[in-house]
Amino acid sequence: MKRTLVVVGASLAGLSTARAARAQGFDGRVIVIGDEEHRPYDRPPLSKQFLDGSMSEADLALEAPDEDLDVEWVLGQRALQLDPSTRSVLIAGGRQIVADDVVVATGARARWLNLSGSQLPGVHILRTLEDAQGLRADLLPGKRLVVVGAGFIGAEIASTAKKLGLDVTVLEVAPTPLAGPLGVTMGEVIGRLHEAHGVDLRTGVTIDHVEGVDRVTGVELADSTVLEADVVVAGVGATPNVEWLRDTDLDLANGVVCDAVGGTGIPHVAAVGDCAAWLDPAYGQPRRIEHWTGALDRPAVAVANLLGTGATVKPVAPPYFWSDQYDSRLQFTGASSNADRISFEVGSPDDDSYLAVYWEGDVAIGALGVNCVRPFTKFRRELATRVTQQV
Amino acid sequence: MIEICPLADLPAGEAKRVLVPPHPPIAVFHTEDGAVYALDDTCTHQDASLADGWVEDCRVECPLHASTFDLRTGGVDQPPAKVGVRAHAVTVQDGTIYVELSDETPNLPPGVSYGASA
Ligand SMILES: Cc1cc2nc3c(=O)[nH]c(=O)nc-3n(C[C@H](O)[C@H](O)[C@H](O)COP(=O)(O)OP(=O)(O)OC[C@H]3O[C@@H](n4cnc5c(N)ncnc54)[C@H](O)[C@@H]3O)c2cc1C
Ligand code: FES
Repeated sequence: MKRTLVVVGASLAGLSTARAARAQGFDGRVIVIGDEEHRPYDRPPLSKQFLDGSMSEADLALEAPDEDLDVEWVLGQRALQLDPSTRSVLIAGGRQIVADDVVVATGARARWLNLSGSQLPGVHILRTLEDAQGLRADLLPGKRLVVVGAGFIGAEIASTAKKLGLDVTVLEVAPTPLAGPLGVTMGEVIGRLHEAHGVDLRTGVTIDHVEGVDRVTGVELADSTVLEADVVVAGVGATPNVEWLRDTDLDLANGVVCDAVGGTGIPHVAAVGDCAAWLDPAYGQPRRIEHWTGALDRPAVAVANLLGTGATVKPVAPPYFWSDQYDSRLQFTGASSNADRISFEVGSPDDDSYLAVYWEGDVAIGALGVNCVRPFTKFRRELATRVTQQV
Repeated sequence: MIEICPLADLPAGEAKRVLVPPHPPIAVFHTEDGAVYALDDTCTHQDASLADGWVEDCRVECPLHASTFDLRTGGVDQPPAKVGVRAHAVTVQDGTIYVELSDETPNLPPGVSYGASA
């Protein structure tokens, strides 16, 4: 009998797993189970070019038109349970799919606002194509939008909505937006983009409830200020989709906790993408990294290890993500959290284009580029070369 | 044939973006092992300049989202870009780089157009 690889989750990490298995010579069965109805599609444009209408649904497809991976797609079906001893995956309807190897790629879902009134029509989250279609239909010129959360997705929605002619307010509970990923100094600088583009950013703000009768009409803040709104969208983070693995011995402390190559501790079960926290050797602890490039690149490493293909694969590179806000193309690599100082290698924060480098002692550990693609790319490569040589 | 620049002005390991209106801009690469290639400069996924990308083993990685393109053929390897870019024929004569533009239709990303190809 042919060896069977079952991938659970049919998005970027799942597709990249199937691709990596084939590229590394795996000729067994590949079954990909996904609870969305769609073939894998790209999420980053959902807050950017798809939301503003410059990209169509067809443009979101992740597979090339002529691509044939010989995959059995089981779509619109949710995996309910994994039995690690038989490595069988139970899906809705009672069907069991038995595997030799399982890759968990179930990603994450957007967190919903846990507030009174947040179920009213006109209140949105953004993770799926349907979410984006629903939000897009509400983003009409002249309407008032309140964005809850000034993280990357919140900031991108604000910038797209402003471009579409809405009146936009962004509410952030923390004193500085993006302080987690970028640090306080650069979070503050990037946060200023809102004001510079006529969007009202309010930090240190807590929402009490969402107002409305048949539809949202506003939000009331903890200090009793009421902000009128026709549309509210929450960008308040994501929760890993790992509940279906509850009955296993997997460590689900922060998504699926893995070693440095995606192994879960259960033989023949690996995890990749937004649902997985791989051991970061540089920090000596697992980190769940919710970036597109991680979901793209890491599956090749996981597959080589899981299937023992013997393939030479690109070592895991330092985290990299991008974000497009207003006229700024942001790119970040490495880490900001241990930095004791920032230097500007190109431009300054008052310019439209600059490269900020994060230092820990005399070691450069990360960089933020804003409209600074070439110097940033050079830095990213140097960092990747240095880090992967150390491991 | 379009005259690009003296080879000496494009050190090995470097790339440059060249405007060739009304055609879409092209990227000319001088690899570490001394070969010179030319591709359409605009990534087929979104508006990124491949001349800003990273060249390794005869491929250029888009500086934004990880698709790589073969410098010889323009072929693409992995998403998010799904189609390749055009490759243009390069000759180096008397120390000067010349490019003969491909007559195929360029694969521009959604929302991007240039002059006659619009
Ligand atoms: C609006 C938006 C904008 C973004 N922009 C950027 C950006 O600019 N830059 C960047 O680096 N990253 C960005 N990201 C993050 C990036 O999209 C993710 O890192 C990437 O999608 C992760 O891929 P994944 O396959 O691990 O998970 P996901 O894309 O979350 O896919 C997981 C899939 O598994 C399915 N699934 C879940 N549970 C089950 C189950 N029990 N059974 C079957 N199927 C299941 C889910 O429905 C989903 O289809 C953005 C994300 C969003 C939502
Ligand atoms: S712009 Fe080149 S891969 Fe996205």
